[in-house]
Amino acid sequence: MSGNKEEVDPRINGIKTKIRVVPDFPKKGIMFQDITTVLLDPKAFKDTIDLFVERYRDKNISVVAGIEARGFLFGPPIALAIGAKFVPLRKPKKLPGETIFEEYELEYGNDRLEMHVGAVEAGDRALVVDDLIATGGTLCAAINLLERVGAEVVECACVIELPELKGRQKLKGKPLCMLVEYR
Amino acid sequence: MQTIIALAPLVSHRLCLAPPPFPRHRLLCRRAPSIRLPSHRSSTTSFRLLSSFAASRDSEMATEDGQDPRIPKIASSIRVIPDFPKPGIMFHDITTLLLDTEAFKDTIDLFVERYKGKGISVVAGVEARGFIFGPPIALAIGAKFVPMRKPKKLPGKVISEEYSLEYGTDKIEMHVGAVEPGERAIIIDDLIATGGTLSAAVRLLERVGVKIVECACVIELPECKGREKLGETPLFILISSA
Repeated sequence: MSGNKEEVDPRINGIKTKIRVVPDFPKKGIMFQDITTVLLDPKAFKDTIDLFVERYRDKNISVVAGIEARGFLFGPPIALAIGAKFVPLRKPKKLPGETIFEEYELEYGNDRLEMHVGAVEAGDRALVVDDLIATGGTLCAAINLLERVGAEVVECACVIELPELKGRQKLKGKPLCMLVEYR
Repeated sequence: MQTIIALAPLVSHRLCLAPPPFPRHRLLCRRAPSIRLPSHRSSTTSFRLLSSFAASRDSEMATEDGQDPRIPKIASSIRVIPDFPKPGIMFHDITTLLLDTEAFKDTIDLFVERYKGKGISVVAGVEARGFIFGPPIALAIGAKFVPMRKPKKLPGKVISEEYSLEYGTDKIEMHVGAVEPGERAIIIDDLIATGGTLSAAVRLLERVGVKIVECACVIELPECKGREKLGETPLFILISSA
């Protein structure tokens, strides 16, 4: 699933064709990968979830952490299907209870990712889900948050990877599973 | 064909982190009207039957306990946080529900049981907590999921609808072409308070010719009178928090 050409699942091409690329969003030069068009196709959306669920259902994953906001679209269906809890990782000031945060770099400046204290416990086996991995900054912050509370991050799962941005290298050695590459 | 669906009655709780140590409950058994199927002859009959049934049920409200057994566990899994985002607001935190795998599954199942097989082709979810409940429902009933977002998040061409805040206004947006005229939709959010966001979502979808079958939320804050803002559009909720 993560790039072995001989074994590409036949569902993947159907998902890939549903992704809409929007040029120059949010700014010039960026080819934005729009997954909302995948969500409009019930079969493509179901296939996306099924591919991840098949991979993780027997891996004793106890937590699926999803990164706001598009990670919220894919994480909960996976969590429900594999019997794991879902933990939202959010921008600052959204979560109402006591939180811990991890900073990460943007092109200009920094941002923060927050998680509720007590949501994840030491020994939890975690999956981190987002729609896309670009530079890997956000995913790295997510891994750090989970490890700080003693969870083991088993894998990161994204629908799309932009391999030229080398996000894989930012994942602290954790494996990445993705369905579709965009070059 | 069964057109009268099982309905989850409303349970009123006040859940607090601080004392008193256990919640005061008021059990309400108020039945929502059934969902009308598109041009099906028997649906009109069953709607009338249910209305008269509901009328007589109302008078038994105080004594009847017809609530779905899954609801109390769902209700007790929701954390209430005082004074967030500002003093005086009792914030209903559904993230604790998401940590309880059985409660989360039951929440989704309750909505799926209500909407499956009703010709609903669109589940619209309001950013961001509507994104958590909407997709699992959409997947289970075979509908598409349409995210309704704050301004400037959606990359393609959008239509937007303004709504009032306490001070000022905000907008929600939807992609052009995501839905088609004649589609039947439900709109999902975690909670309805004043109904500002949900009523904007209703208006946005109706502008492009979509029929809103129902709005569905986990929690209602009835004192905020959100139902009134929805006008003719029915509202289905699992938990009423007075």
